[in-house]
Amino acid sequence: MPDAHLAQQFDDPAQQREAAKLGMWVFLMSEILFFGGMFTAYITYRVDHPIAWVIASHHLDFWLGTTDTALLLISSLTMALAVHSAQEGSRWVTALFLTLTMILGLLFLGIKFFEYAKHYGEGLFPGFNFTYKGPYQREIFLFMSFYFTMTGWHAIHMIVGLGLLSGMLAITLAGKFSKAWHNPIVITGLYWHFVDIVWIFLYPCFYLVNTR
Amino acid sequence: MVAVIPMVAAGIPLFPPSASSVSWRVDRLFFGLCAFSVIVVGIVFFGNLYFAIRYRNGSHADRSNQIHDSTPIEWTWTIITAIVFFGYFVWGLQPYFDDFRPPADAMNIYVVGRQWMWKIEHPDGRREINQLHVPVGQSIQLNLISQDVIHSFGVPAFRLKRDVLPGRYETVWFRPTKPGTYHLFCDQYCGAFHSDMAGQIVVMDGARYQQWLSQVRTSTPMAREGSELFRRHGCVECHKPGGRGPELSGLPGRLVHLSDGSVLIADDDYIRESILAPGTKLVAGYPPIMPTFQGQLSEMQISELIAYIKSLGIEEQEVRPQ
Amino acid sequence: MTTIAAGARLPVARRSVVEREHYLNESVGVRSWLLTTDHKRIGILFLIAITFFFVAGGIAALLMRINLLTPNGYIVDPETYNRLFSMHGIMMVWFFLIPSIPAVLGNFVVPMMIGARDLAFPRLNLLSWYIFVLGGLFTLADVVMGGVDTGWTFYTPFSSTYSNSAVVLAIVGVFISGFSSILTGLNFIVTIHKMRAPGMTWFRLPLFIWSMYTTAVILVLASPVIAITLVLVALERLFHIGIFDPRFGGDPLLFQHLFWFYSHPAVYIMVLPAMGVVSELVACFSRKRVFGYKFVAFASISIGVLGFLVWGHHMFVSGQAIYASVVFSFLSYVVAVPSAIKVFNWTMTMRKGHVHFATPMLYAYGFIGLFTIGGLTGLFLAALGLDAHVHDTYFVIAHFHFIMVGGSVMAYLGGIHYWWPKISGKLYPEMWGRISAVLIFAGFNLTFLPQFILGYLGMPRRFPHYPPEFQALNVMSTAGASILGLGYLLPLLYLAWSARYAQNAPPNPWGATGLEWQTESPPPTHNFEVTPVVTEEPYDYGEIEGAYA
Repeated sequence: MPDAHLAQQFDDPAQQREAAKLGMWVFLMSEILFFGGMFTAYITYRVDHPIAWVIASHHLDFWLGTTDTALLLISSLTMALAVHSAQEGSRWVTALFLTLTMILGLLFLGIKFFEYAKHYGEGLFPGFNFTYKGPYQREIFLFMSFYFTMTGWHAIHMIVGLGLLSGMLAITLAGKFSKAWHNPIVITGLYWHFVDIVWIFLYPCFYLVNTR
Repeated sequence: MVAVIPMVAAGIPLFPPSASSVSWRVDRLFFGLCAFSVIVVGIVFFGNLYFAIRYRNGSHADRSNQIHDSTPIEWTWTIITAIVFFGYFVWGLQPYFDDFRPPADAMNIYVVGRQWMWKIEHPDGRREINQLHVPVGQSIQLNLISQDVIHSFGVPAFRLKRDVLPGRYETVWFRPTKPGTYHLFCDQYCGAFHSDMAGQIVVMDGARYQQWLSQVRTSTPMAREGSELFRRHGCVECHKPGGRGPELSGLPGRLVHLSDGSVLIADDDYIRESILAPGTKLVAGYPPIMPTFQGQLSEMQISELIAYIKSLGIEEQEVRPQ
Repeated sequence: MTTIAAGARLPVARRSVVEREHYLNESVGVRSWLLTTDHKRIGILFLIAITFFFVAGGIAALLMRINLLTPNGYIVDPETYNRLFSMHGIMMVWFFLIPSIPAVLGNFVVPMMIGARDLAFPRLNLLSWYIFVLGGLFTLADVVMGGVDTGWTFYTPFSSTYSNSAVVLAIVGVFISGFSSILTGLNFIVTIHKMRAPGMTWFRLPLFIWSMYTTAVILVLASPVIAITLVLVALERLFHIGIFDPRFGGDPLLFQHLFWFYSHPAVYIMVLPAMGVVSELVACFSRKRVFGYKFVAFASISIGVLGFLVWGHHMFVSGQAIYASVVFSFLSYVVAVPSAIKVFNWTMTMRKGHVHFATPMLYAYGFIGLFTIGGLTGLFLAALGLDAHVHDTYFVIAHFHFIMVGGSVMAYLGGIHYWWPKISGKLYPEMWGRISAVLIFAGFNLTFLPQFILGYLGMPRRFPHYPPEFQALNVMSTAGASILGLGYLLPLLYLAWSARYAQNAPPNPWGATGLEWQTESPPPTHNFEVTPVVTEEPYDYGEIEGAYA
């Protein structure tokens, strides 16, 4: 029986599944290097300016950052549960968990947007509205630049993730996934977990900079 | 290299002049590598040529007992190659290390590179643009900094090159051994007129150098210029005995304890940073009240201040050419 | 694996190409090409795109060399010259060399070599081409806006603060093209891992696949770093964030570390595929298995790994710490060893073989000779005590052109000629092929050998004006460049001519081993009707007196 989901270049569904998974892992490796460049630059300047980094970190809202972290961790749980129910073939449960994941992701982005707007209002937005005057002004400018650049790229990846999730949701609701065929959700899960892990590194880098 | 002979005959330069104490060492390494290269190219070229001819399609050479791999052969040529390469690696180390160890009697020349010229100041205050006159046999340490982008101070005749960075001092030293006029190039692309940022290093023997010294308008020594700046910009108000700022006499090379608990050795970069961004590396026990002089001093003026600070607490010494 | 016995006189296909359906004629029209997912068609799309950039970058080079005929600039002012060398570098590196063998020959040949019907992700493959074109369009827009003048190396703070040219536009072009590289690399890795025909174990893979696999890993891991580095330069330029300019508290050396962390592995992206091609050519035209197959395969992998560890050798005089420089110098010598091994292995392959001097083999010889010289001069640059003298001079320019042009471009042309019958179904005119190969070799040497001398004399890179005593050597180099340009023009003409007018090619005109030669020329769209089963070692030429038509 010809498998409707089997692409012509593959010999069997197992090969296609494994290829897709390996493809996503390879892509995630490249993403590690992409964020890695930014982390390298960040570390270089943090080592150079430890005190300034502490002061700058205090300008960020610890509780908003922590809430963000909690939201993403829970969203990884709901994502894993979505994958699991997809493996079970449960259409509605899968759709539920995908939706929950998306809601959590949207909440995360909402908080981020709120934070960005707050920093803009406080005059801590390099390039657009930076009015901070005080000791370590240059270093705080640099810290905030890293903050917006790195969390900004993370947010872009989140938005892509939300796009993938809505696609998966649409296909799930249309009933196209089954126990036999649900690989795209697995792949999306890999991507989503990766974006979560990046945040787990970003969070201490920006919100948890303390003196010893 | 049959082409070499007619080229030499036509007066086409093939090799740079050798005018510093280390040129010959660099050249020796170069020729050592050339010799190795000739051997390897010879082996590869003749190996390929021999096999191409002997085993060309249609020839009647013996092709029985073909070998498709041989672990002993592989390891042999791998190990030999690795050993030879390691030898060249080691050979290259000494000249490089020496580059970073100037002799104690080196004369300090301050160089500021900017788009698109070299500004040079001798310790006795003599200034030059795109030219540097030095006496033969005298070790010279160049203190290099850029006013804008990255440049590079390159003198082929001395086999010398060092990038000139904005915001940070680099040093390099040489001892010229042969009188003559040699190319100075900017060796790091720096914008529109990068290739016009060239000049000369003029190495003169004792008598001619004295003659040049007497001809050039004398000017205030750098250290004295520095002391004038120190007074004019109010530095002396705080940095005096019993003042609000730390004592600067004997500072270069001294251990400094900073307010964040770390310790460093004061060098030119530290002094420069303390002038331009005083809060960054605050001395322990002092209040952060020093204003920044960013924008008020040129790079050369900062060098003059550093020369002054270096002169504090030691006898003024006039540099005598040998 | 069935092989056509080496030496069999294969009948020249008399049927007209129109009768048999294959990947070129199975659908017609621009849409069928622009929406194709066939790796072979995509390879041709890349061929067209990169040839365009090769010509553009080559014109820039010719203008540069003409300008260098006189010490004070023969035809352009310094600012224009600076834009010329920058665009030459950007177009040649990112829009020609990096995609050349992987995206043209790799795309075409890799699936067939391993017995697959296509790559793992054909639509991503097409996307990769569109992304490449988009990046190229931004780069062309940059040319229209006057070009960038930072050099392809974008050193800060010149690029981030001082340059008055269209820097951000150029950065966008390069940034986008990086994703094309990543997708190509990703596709190859998954394809080679998951889609090898039954029986095609790792050590039965042709060496071209080993090279392409290593290259693909480098593409995936290194390209993101240049992407983010250039983004940071753009942010610095637009918002003065203070990351690379000391005036704003930044460190210009950080840029150099990040830049070269990518750009050194990038040169292995350019040379490893070329080495892979040379392995195929030497085996086929010596009618003999590559000597030391496993050593060559492992040499590829070690070059790929070690290539990530040597980036600081571009920074010996940049203000890098002394001891870091020592480590980088040491590792640079280590990475040179596997490259040398490969040259020895190729040479030994010819021993007791049956050597044919067809055009692809001439290019392979060219590669071996010129890559050896280029690689040896790398040893000069890796020597700390010597690098201070030759850094940033024409010595470096000669070194990397020997490897990238004398090496990679020759291997690329060798591969194009070798697989041309498979790609186009036509036989190119052999006489013109040989003439061009010799012309290119001669022109190349005349162009770049004098540059070694100029470099040791001290002539710096990126110099529109130079001291008058350097003129004779510069004139020689320009003369060589004109011959080289002519040499490149010829294949452009006769290959295009052959696609329409030449004799049809049989399935295996060279009598080569390899699964790609088991298909028709040109192949059907799905390469293999039935997935082949591999039972023999690669390069199974045997001890037969070999000859092909």
